[in-house]
Amino acid sequence: MIELKVVYVIVMRELIKFFREKSKLVSTMARPLIWLFFVGMGMSRLVPQDITGTDYMRFLFPGIIGMTILFSAIFSSISIIWDKEFGFLKEILVAPVSRFSIVLGKALSGTLLSSLQAMLIMIVSPLIGIYPEMGQIAGSVLVIIVLSFCISALGIIIASFYESLESFSMIMNFIVMPMFFLSGAMYPLKKLPLVLKYAATLNPLTYGIDGLRHILIPHGMLDFPFYLDIFVLLSTSAVFLFLSTYVFERGK
Amino acid sequence: MYRMASIIKTESLVKDFDGLRAVDNLNLEVEERTIFGFLGPNGAGKTTTINILCTLLRPTSGRAFINGYDCVKDAHRVRSSIGIVFQDTTLDKDLTAYENLLFHAYLYGLKREESKKRIEELLQFMDLYDRKDEPVKRFSGGMKRRLEVARGLMHYPKVLFLDEPTLGLDPQSRAGLWEHIVRLPESHNVTVFMTTHYMDEAEVCNRMAIIDHGRIIAEGTPEELKRMVGGDVVYLRAKDNKMAKEILKERIIADIEERNGEIFVHGVKGDVCIPEIIRILGEQVLSVRLQRPTLNDVFLKLTGRQIREGSPEDEFKESIRSYRRRFDRT
Repeated sequence: MIELKVVYVIVMRELIKFFREKSKLVSTMARPLIWLFFVGMGMSRLVPQDITGTDYMRFLFPGIIGMTILFSAIFSSISIIWDKEFGFLKEILVAPVSRFSIVLGKALSGTLLSSLQAMLIMIVSPLIGIYPEMGQIAGSVLVIIVLSFCISALGIIIASFYESLESFSMIMNFIVMPMFFLSGAMYPLKKLPLVLKYAATLNPLTYGIDGLRHILIPHGMLDFPFYLDIFVLLSTSAVFLFLSTYVFERGK
Repeated sequence: MYRMASIIKTESLVKDFDGLRAVDNLNLEVEERTIFGFLGPNGAGKTTTINILCTLLRPTSGRAFINGYDCVKDAHRVRSSIGIVFQDTTLDKDLTAYENLLFHAYLYGLKREESKKRIEELLQFMDLYDRKDEPVKRFSGGMKRRLEVARGLMHYPKVLFLDEPTLGLDPQSRAGLWEHIVRLPESHNVTVFMTTHYMDEAEVCNRMAIIDHGRIIAEGTPEELKRMVGGDVVYLRAKDNKMAKEILKERIIADIEERNGEIFVHGVKGDVCIPEIIRILGEQVLSVRLQRPTLNDVFLKLTGRQIREGSPEDEFKESIRSYRRRFDRT
């Protein structure tokens, strides 16, 4: 059962809180830009153009969009841990609303906030020589939204296993950072050692970034067919959504 | 649906945490539109009981009903029937008072127009209307509690749970909050179920139960419970204490002693006994004072312990509390 009012009010709360905290917006936007320009420019001196003629900055760009989504979607979802710590979650849990509505509300607010930030990063694309056409922009936005939803739902599952704010650095170091490095964001999967390559194929972010590369640098180095990217994103989104409702319901 | 006159009812309620029995065969009935006090030391099982009643915990065995609905099988309906103010604040500190209430209104599916009116009415009732657009993080402890009570009432609940509502408040805020709470059954047509370990707070309840180690050890009106310790004590000074004592001994059936220049008359109903004494002794009487037993005396008599003092049981209580904390996150 989905209560639209509940979904709406949970999303509204996250949006209000996000935009009230201006410094949060600035700092979450700064991270991907620092990576893109500082790491990207440094690395592009080491890495020659690949056989398809794509320079490193352009190769990296979809990865940075993926990174933006990864961080902001996970952070948005693990605000559930904050709500646990500060008690607000109890207010939601004793209300006569279905757990699915709560989870959906949380997942959608993560989706909205991280899609928005990813689209803001898209604006700098001309600076690194990517000039997307309308069709490419629309396609990217769709992939961004699906990927954001998928990672947000994953974030809810992660959040339900932790109780307090101290777990933040655990999540950061053992989940978020490995997911980022093993996603093909910074280097093509083809060049990775076999073990890492397999690990990366288990990461939904890999398919999101690959999907964005299909759209933004269609003649570049790609790992999977586009339809597979979309299929994996949609199906993992559905699985994560129901799994997160389940773990949330179980009360952990 | 279970029809009955009581708004809250439990039948042999039991809750175990890893072999520790936090709630032990609890039978309760609370009448509609009353204030019911649940009194006991820390770790006695008060919060666990509340958590079961408000569907956050499942009982190990036994049943609980709110407004006729089973707290396990009919959790959704129970949730619509109750409002809760938890021990620790559960407000969103970044949102304003108004936004916190609005969030609640959406959560409980109130109509837009109605929720607006209700929010204004409750903020005014709780004397918070002037501060409605301020973020809650700027509120004092007492204001936060009042806001939480207002929020708990938003959706016209049948029962309002207050878990140690005045814990950590200064005396002035406590009094301010109480002033509002005692009016609730009349003003908002609600049954108040509250836990406390403050004796003076329990005295304003219509009925109360004293709980210790998860069991109810006494139940009744505060007056009835206080009578259990054997009535009032009248302290008396007369012109001639010795003579006065002898006269009283002949005329009044009570324990009478003289000590430190005062006569003690034990185990009487003070309001009847004082006029009687004055009639008997007349101008002999220099001063009279009355000491009523407190609920602390009741607890002391029933358990041999003071309610707020440290005791050998503290370790046990602390372990239950830590278990509870772990399971409360559900």
